[in-house]
Amino acid sequence: MKSLLVLAFLMIVPAAAFAAAPVPPTYFYPFVNPYEATVMELPREFEVRLPSEIPVREFVVHPFPKRHIPEVFWYENGLTCSLAYQDREAPLVFLIAGSGSRFDVPRMLKMQKVLYKAGFHVISITSPTHMDFVVNAASGLPGIASDDAKDLYRVMELAWQKVHGDVRVSSFMLAGYSLGGFDAAFIARIDEREHRFNFKRVLLINPPVCLYDSVTALDQLLVDNVPGGMDNFDAWFRGVFSQTMQLAESWGPGGLSGESMYRTYKRMQPSESNLAALIGLTARMNAADMIFAADVMNGGGYIVPKNVRLTSTTSLTRYAIVAYKTSFADYFNEWLLPHYQMKEPGLTRQALLQRENLRALEPFLKGNAKFGLVHNEDDIILVPGDIEYLERVFGDRAWIFPSGGHMGNMFQPDVVSAITGFLKGKEE
Amino acid sequence: MKRHAPCKVSYNMRGRRGGGRTRLLVVAAGAILAAGCSTLPVTTGPMEPPLRRYEDFVKPGQPNMLEVKDSVEGFNRGSYRFNYYFDEYLYRPVVRGYEIIMPDYLEDRVSDAIDNLNEITNLTNNLFQFKLKAAGVTVSRFVINSTVGVAGLWDPATRFGLKRQTDDFGLTLGHYGTGDGSYLMLPVFGASNVRDTTGLVADLATFNYIGPIAWVNDSTATWVYSGVYAVDRRHRTPFRYRQTGSPFEYELIRTLYTMKRDFDIEQTKTKDVK
Repeated sequence: MKSLLVLAFLMIVPAAAFAAAPVPPTYFYPFVNPYEATVMELPREFEVRLPSEIPVREFVVHPFPKRHIPEVFWYENGLTCSLAYQDREAPLVFLIAGSGSRFDVPRMLKMQKVLYKAGFHVISITSPTHMDFVVNAASGLPGIASDDAKDLYRVMELAWQKVHGDVRVSSFMLAGYSLGGFDAAFIARIDEREHRFNFKRVLLINPPVCLYDSVTALDQLLVDNVPGGMDNFDAWFRGVFSQTMQLAESWGPGGLSGESMYRTYKRMQPSESNLAALIGLTARMNAADMIFAADVMNGGGYIVPKNVRLTSTTSLTRYAIVAYKTSFADYFNEWLLPHYQMKEPGLTRQALLQRENLRALEPFLKGNAKFGLVHNEDDIILVPGDIEYLERVFGDRAWIFPSGGHMGNMFQPDVVSAITGFLKGKEE
Repeated sequence: MKRHAPCKVSYNMRGRRGGGRTRLLVVAAGAILAAGCSTLPVTTGPMEPPLRRYEDFVKPGQPNMLEVKDSVEGFNRGSYRFNYYFDEYLYRPVVRGYEIIMPDYLEDRVSDAIDNLNEITNLTNNLFQFKLKAAGVTVSRFVINSTVGVAGLWDPATRFGLKRQTDDFGLTLGHYGTGDGSYLMLPVFGASNVRDTTGLVADLATFNYIGPIAWVNDSTATWVYSGVYAVDRRHRTPFRYRQTGSPFEYELIRTLYTMKRDFDIEQTKTKDVK
């Protein structure tokens, strides 16, 4: 009887573990609305426990040491990265931040802790869409993943050169969330050619499938959800601001912590359209920052007039207003596309869009055991059909959770074990 | 747009960046001298209009919340730059030292004690606005916290349900309809405007003449108090310059500061006790 049980156990467990990247049946996430899931911070009781302090040091790389940095960016002085280090030999994960994020945004710091706790060294890299990257490390116009990946690869090599004497590394891994996950796939393709790191595993967390579709969907959240349209943006924002201030006051000294937001949320439900608009606004502001920085670094002509030098005291207000009225799609259609067409005559819009699509990498990704995927069925950056497509391509290395929005559940314990489990691999 | 001569001061400063100990002094001097600098861009050749022009997106007379009255913008931007370096290389390192030496529990006691002494500012301004209930709460808080709370080191009053009735002279002026004048980025103190700077000066003067500084009447104590106050204030402010990662951080701070103060003034008109 006992041996029968053991036999049954042995047959069922591996099947369950490797058949179709199982999501634990007990998976629980408090926000079922994807907009809430995306915006609301997860209360601590639902989150994985992380160490309060880990050994980290920051360092700066200069991919273009002779580059003249315009005075308007007086605060820019090289691209800062960070290293979390183990005191023993361990695999090293390069972690790429999501759209518009620096290496040290709270989500990156938390993910660094997750990976450190799982036994990895971690090098955190700023997104190529963040102004620090655009100013210090971009070789041209940012926004086309295959070219951004070259810039990222260069930064990763320099970062590795900076730290390789201080850590003992057994192998290299690559991970990124959102746009960073998308970038990771393109970086892995370069590495397949260059073999500088020979990534053992590459993990894509909540990546878009088609970047253009995703950023357009995000921008649309803003445009569609400001009552009365974008001409009423100011009035709408003032309303949201004053509501938030009223709530913030009632939160008291606890401030904007996860628990207090959750408590307040349960008491006074914020409207779904406001949440959606705020997500769209964040994406729009990230795009604006990137576009302005790219414009100045490339000599102007899009928002900033050509032949002007902006100093540290120049008023940027008018440029800011225009930049905030510019979506990524505007930038793509009005500037990126003509720019690439000038370099490659005959290039069609469709062909350039294809470079912004994971489908272009399908032959490389499909059946490739080094790639893993963590995603959510209700992620707001996906369009219908994307999840089914990703499941098909990544097969049993795709962990798809039923809820969590866009990265809302990243530190939920089941998600964390999917992330660290994949990176650690079967040998441990 | 006119052709402008390059701003010599800030141009030279850039050359000296990374110059070590003198950097802070140079920047401090620069922040003040930069007041004379233009806020218009410097042209380096025939200027071509950009593809996306401001005029095509903003209808005349249509207000935009990013456009806050900023009459001394050149000075303000220099001051913002100065504050970045001051914060990075002097203010925050000192505060970090304080945070390393002091246990968290004692840091909170210092904060409570300072808040207790500042009730004098809250009280005068509660009274200026004839918010008698709020003034009553403030007096009760001061009495309870100074006695039961041992000279304000603890804040039992909040636990008894007496919420702090924060107020300042900038709010009082706003309460009576004074406009904000123009935006000001003060060196060290940070975002402000003409109205709130006037308020700040008035509050400091009140504090000096009728507050604890007058009770003690000892210049060493005054210096110590000011130092501790400055460190505690920064310790409790989570803001970091350049944390937004936006090239438009100056604009964002200016707009949010203005909106926050407008909101606070609106609150003084609708409620007595918060």
